[in-house]
Amino acid sequence: MDLDPVILARAQFAFTIGFHILWPTFTIGLASFIALLSGLWWRTGRTVYRDLMRFWLRLFAIAFGMGVVTGLVLSYEIGANWAGFSRSVANVLGPLFAYEALTAFFLEAGFIGIVLFGEGRVSKGAHFFACCMVAGGTLLSATWILAANSWMQTPAGAVADADGIYHVADWWQVIFNSSFPYRLAHMVCASFVTGSFVVAGVSAFHLWRGQHVEASRVGFSMAMWLALILTPTQILLGDLHGRNTLVHQPTKLAAIEGLWETTKGPPMTVIAWPSMEEERNLYAIDIPYLASLYLTHSWDGEVQGLKAVPREDRPYVPLVFFAFRVMVGIGMLLLLTALTGAVLRWRHRLYDTRWFQTVAMATAPLGFIAVLAGWTTTEAGRQPWVIYGQLRTVDAAAPVTAHAVATTLLIFFVLYAALMIVFLWFAGRIVIRGPASPSPADPSRVRPGIDRSAPTIVGSRPAGPPAKGQPRPALGE
Amino acid sequence: MTAFITENYPVLFAAVAAFCVVVYVLADGFDIGVGILFLLAPREQNRDLMMASIEPVWDANETWLVMGGTLLLATFPPAYYVLLPAFYLPIMFMLFALIARGIAFEFRLQSQREWIWNRAFAAGSVLAALCQGFVLGGLVNGVPMRDGMFAGGSFEFFSLLGLFCGIGLVCGYALLGAGWLIWKTDGATQAFARRMAKRAVIATAVMMVLVSVWSAWSVPEVAARWFAWPNIAYLTPVPVVTAAVLLRLWQRVWSGHELEPFVLGLVVFLLGFLGIVVSLWPYIVPRHVTIWDGAADPQTLAFIGTGVAIIIPIVLAYQANAYWVFRGKTKVLDGYGDASQTGEESKRM
Repeated sequence: MDLDPVILARAQFAFTIGFHILWPTFTIGLASFIALLSGLWWRTGRTVYRDLMRFWLRLFAIAFGMGVVTGLVLSYEIGANWAGFSRSVANVLGPLFAYEALTAFFLEAGFIGIVLFGEGRVSKGAHFFACCMVAGGTLLSATWILAANSWMQTPAGAVADADGIYHVADWWQVIFNSSFPYRLAHMVCASFVTGSFVVAGVSAFHLWRGQHVEASRVGFSMAMWLALILTPTQILLGDLHGRNTLVHQPTKLAAIEGLWETTKGPPMTVIAWPSMEEERNLYAIDIPYLASLYLTHSWDGEVQGLKAVPREDRPYVPLVFFAFRVMVGIGMLLLLTALTGAVLRWRHRLYDTRWFQTVAMATAPLGFIAVLAGWTTTEAGRQPWVIYGQLRTVDAAAPVTAHAVATTLLIFFVLYAALMIVFLWFAGRIVIRGPASPSPADPSRVRPGIDRSAPTIVGSRPAGPPAKGQPRPALGE
Repeated sequence: MTAFITENYPVLFAAVAAFCVVVYVLADGFDIGVGILFLLAPREQNRDLMMASIEPVWDANETWLVMGGTLLLATFPPAYYVLLPAFYLPIMFMLFALIARGIAFEFRLQSQREWIWNRAFAAGSVLAALCQGFVLGGLVNGVPMRDGMFAGGSFEFFSLLGLFCGIGLVCGYALLGAGWLIWKTDGATQAFARRMAKRAVIATAVMMVLVSVWSAWSVPEVAARWFAWPNIAYLTPVPVVTAAVLLRLWQRVWSGHELEPFVLGLVVFLLGFLGIVVSLWPYIVPRHVTIWDGAADPQTLAFIGTGVAIIIPIVLAYQANAYWVFRGKTKVLDGYGDASQTGEESKRM
């Protein structure tokens, strides 16, 4: 069988970056939530905030580690698998990646030690500061990487010479390219929404089991407030982002809408099978004028269709079309959940409605699926270009053999599957153990003999991971 | 001043890139070294302590690898898009190894089955060092290039020199790791580290000689660089000083100066790095692209240079602070070394 190295390289990049994005999605939201809890603990002194902070730090620690190791892969994969791309854009994107490492990764790495191991060794205020630095690092990282990604979607401020090498004319335009603010806001808000529903789901699980009730009530309440504010915000941001796409990436938008002919007052296609061969939608269910309303805010706005560009310039429409519907569908479900939570809160039944606890548990993983679907929409919708309208993906590949890429792809599958299983196993144990302090007398005692006051301790961890050597009531015997 | 900086951009950024590589090799070197020694330690408590000693710093150490990679893309693009495909397999396997190593930190302490994570940690450390050695050996050998791109096969990277460099790095990192442990631990773990340091000095010395002789013999450009007159007069001190430092290190392993073996180990690495720079200068892709031909656009260098000049000192300051916060001997268990204590028993539960 003949293997196509470009397809394999795309599969490998899609798989490794798709796996990677799960962790930043989780840690961007969670880092800010932990900073909030650390601040509340500092200002109010209520131990419930401390317990919640320690509990979520335990999950944050392993998710952060997963993000670090899977992100390292990407910084080398871009050169190894996409040498043509690297050659073209090094002058433009190289500094953005380097600034990400310089400002964000070092900031996170420099303060994560204090966040995880420093409680009790630094003041509450200093711990809050360190939490803010790590949260700020995650947001800075998102800013740089989304500036780079957005430049690939809507390139500006740089021109390619005869050899296809880009040279920068204006850094401001490169970074603040036209889709960057929308993409950044949409992604950061997605992380916050995802984090909110994870916190809600885990808190609901404890309420449902009747364990750790005090902390779980506080966690559930905070998460549902955040969800109520953030989910509508996210839908609004998504709408703005979509209208930005309409202007700057019309072909992608046409694929999202499943719109083949350039139309005045286009309908919204709820569901259909977009046929690439026949260049039309099969089995379509349309709602007249609706797309025109939300895209152009008028009854008869004109929207460009897929047929406006030649076949070889179109993305694979069904993938973009369905990925978008998965994302939006989940967004609507999450909005419904947030609104239901608000109604229950208004009726003073938020903490004891069992069916709603089940619903909240079920929504916990949905944010991740929506993020993957959203990235599939925007990245697959950019094809066949790696730099929209300028550099084709097939011209961006590296001179490596298909077998080398296939072999490493296979190893990535096996390794990442194992990582996911191990993560879920340990995360599950942490969740089941819950936010209660392991030993009320001195919760920071995690191993026999550790003396927190001595200045020489290294390598203690946040309270709670299984004190090695102590019996574990829940699982150990 | 500005004109001077602009004219000398390639040299300045070659120095910055070299600085990042050196910091990475020294910093991640000792924590990879601890991993290489990991399974050789006699008891589980030794391993607890060894891992605890590097736990707060390994993440920042490894960040220099990301910094180095992205900085190469930004400042010397050909080094990124020619060398990474050329060393595709060793780079990828190094990444797999670093993943195994990195998650072992997170999961070993959560787990009752420590042996799995001990093995993942040690195997990842050894494999990462070996892969880096293959890249290094390949660099000295040079890579085939056509039309500005890598032109060779997947196994082009393999060479005897690379294998020797790989083994040499395993030994050298083990030496750094042992030096670190002598400094940061005491009792049985420190005694173990001193024993290991003794062996690692010999192994490192042997491998350095082997790599030097082999590269001079198999790569004519390297021989020409070192043995041509007057180079040989300037360069003779490099191997002489290296030998002297190794000898001193051998003598000081059991001395009361607990920091000295670690510092001398770092000096050995710096001298080794200097030797490689001498062999490869001024190429960024050996014997194809010089640092002047391979540098990125001046406006790109100016943009990233501003950030490097302002931020790298701040980064170094707070990383130094992290080492200061976690200064002194690492402790995990009270009464450490006393096997009758809780730790030993509870392992058997």
